[in-house]
Amino acid sequence: MQHDTLVEIEDVVFGYGDRPVLKGINLTARRGQVIAIMGSSGCGKTTLLRLIGGQIRPGEGHVRVAGESLGELDQAGLYRLRRKMGMLFQFGALFTDMTVFDNVAFQLREHTDLPEDAIRDLVLMKLHAVGLRGAAHLMPAELSGGMARRVALARAIALEPMLMMYDEPFAGLDPISLGVTGNLIRRLTDTLGLTSVVVTHDVQESLKIVDYVYFVSEGMIVAEGTADEIRASDLPYVHQFVHGEPDGPVPFHYPAPPYAEDLQLGGASA
Amino acid sequence: MNKTVLDLWVGLFVIAGIVALLFLALKVGSMSAVKTSSSYEVVARFDNIGGLKPRAPVKSAGVVVGRVADIRFDNETYEAAVTLRLDKRYAFPKDTSAAIMTSGLLGEQYIGLEAGGDPQALKDQDRIFLTQSAVVLENLIGHFIYGKAQEGAPQ
Amino acid sequence: MLKQSIENLGNRTIQGVWRIGFAARFFVAVLLHSGTAFRRFGLTIREMYFTGVLSLIIILVSGLFVGMVLGLQGYETLQTYGSEEALGVLVALSLVRELGPVVAALLFASRAGSAITAEIGLMKATEQLSAMEMMAVDPIARVVAPRFWAGVISMPLLAALFSAMGIFGGYLVGVQLIGVDEGAFWSQMKSAVDFEEDILNGVIKSVVFGIAITTIALFEGYDAPPTAEGVSGATTRTVVTSSLAVLALDFVLTAFMFRGLG
Repeated sequence: MQHDTLVEIEDVVFGYGDRPVLKGINLTARRGQVIAIMGSSGCGKTTLLRLIGGQIRPGEGHVRVAGESLGELDQAGLYRLRRKMGMLFQFGALFTDMTVFDNVAFQLREHTDLPEDAIRDLVLMKLHAVGLRGAAHLMPAELSGGMARRVALARAIALEPMLMMYDEPFAGLDPISLGVTGNLIRRLTDTLGLTSVVVTHDVQESLKIVDYVYFVSEGMIVAEGTADEIRASDLPYVHQFVHGEPDGPVPFHYPAPPYAEDLQLGGASA
Repeated sequence: MNKTVLDLWVGLFVIAGIVALLFLALKVGSMSAVKTSSSYEVVARFDNIGGLKPRAPVKSAGVVVGRVADIRFDNETYEAAVTLRLDKRYAFPKDTSAAIMTSGLLGEQYIGLEAGGDPQALKDQDRIFLTQSAVVLENLIGHFIYGKAQEGAPQ
Repeated sequence: MLKQSIENLGNRTIQGVWRIGFAARFFVAVLLHSGTAFRRFGLTIREMYFTGVLSLIIILVSGLFVGMVLGLQGYETLQTYGSEEALGVLVALSLVRELGPVVAALLFASRAGSAITAEIGLMKATEQLSAMEMMAVDPIARVVAPRFWAGVISMPLLAALFSAMGIFGGYLVGVQLIGVDEGAFWSQMKSAVDFEEDILNGVIKSVVFGIAITTIALFEGYDAPPTAEGVSGATTRTVVTSSLAVLALDFVLTAFMFRGLG
């Protein structure tokens, strides 16, 4: 294993009940990189993220973060490792009963013995980094979707993690918030020396900021490469995805019996 | 919600709850917990206790001086052994008598103590020898009818 | 047809037993992770505000009315036997032994229990619990346990307030309105109500109800499917299940506690 590898996923197989979701995935993220995991909705991207965060354990294979295999850690070990991880949930997942300030201060209060004025300074610094220092006293319900996600980002980096995970950071944002969020991910990765794993289906926005892309389809990695390689790729699946074509290797129709048969046009069965 | 306001409300709530508990304990109920520390027990045997129940009051001159702690059946003498728990403040002579009485015609049954003249007082685990059983209504009616029948019978 | 319904019954039974098993494990997990709820008692106090203080109004008003009704009805019945002075005994014993713990628990289940389920269910649906886990904070210790202990502490206090308020209501109607002798009302009550047998047992009952209601409410919330229907269904189930649990537990506890008095 290379020294600068932070996340390593090796031959991971996972399924919910009888339904297989991941069928042998290999993936690595190096320190300081932004990598993206792309694919259509429901292809197992979020499951992959939950595996890295240790919220679920792989059926087969290994998930290693900073050299530690998540499948073998007990709860205490997992929690120790998670202090070095941050995760941005799709809709922010801010604690609705706390102010923006208390949300960002949450981890500092839970995991450190810092005095309240030191916490105050740290929280305001993090909020300043996402441009929302002025919103510290607001409740999450008073924020727009984009702002909530930026607050959640500030909360996730409060303890200066080494790994940041983003679950659909671009979903449902207006074009301005989109650009702001993309820039933030890149800037935070560079300035804090993070490693970022972005799960998304927003190709154009993410290709601007990522170092390396993995394409997931039906539980397998179907393509990988740098942003430029992906743009230039002529693999049918990637081409369809990058250019947003309605039909192609990913069919428009969910698998079904022949249309005529379903409508009983044959008349034979009636 | 301000933290101090919240704390204040919860504090008031807890105080109100404890006051309610104290009200129930002191004003509504009688603290029977006290009796273990300042009471003594004596045993009285009865042929028949009627409908006497544990915790029934023990009265002397109409004043409650204790409660029935326990009722057992003695299989050797075929008597009921009733343990009375009396308040330490009240001392009774050794030859005190106990009777099972009924408050009113259908009211609850209690034990009445009638003090004797012995200079020595009853001590813990002593026995009251003079007892008078409960008056069982059916027996009373039976006696009455029997007596009437005898009266009316030709000599 | 018959086979189908027997299969249905079997399926439901198996699922029910599964859920009871999960709930039991959940309960043990809450107990094991209760350290935080006491080390940082502020968290528990905060929840006591939401479960206890906010239930005060409904508890006090209901207690007053239940007591007043007991006063009226009890007087009507007792008058027939010419023993109106026993009104105090009747009101106090019914409240302290049964109505106080049970009615307060039923009100608590619908007022605080449903709120707990909805809150926890929504926190789960909006991934707040997952977010907490990812921040290396155990949601059982940080979110669930303080609510559990807040409920367990609040319940007996609420039941005592309900009973006290009810006795006051009975006093208002019986003594002030109808004119039962005040001295007899209180003294008969005092001589008939025993601290250990009646009041302490009532408190024990309400503690058990508090444990049952908060456990059910928290479990339903924690177990709710993360959707709008999921949370609303869980909230309904909390009220139904915990009300039934309170009544069933009341029967069991009463049978144990007052068996020796018959």
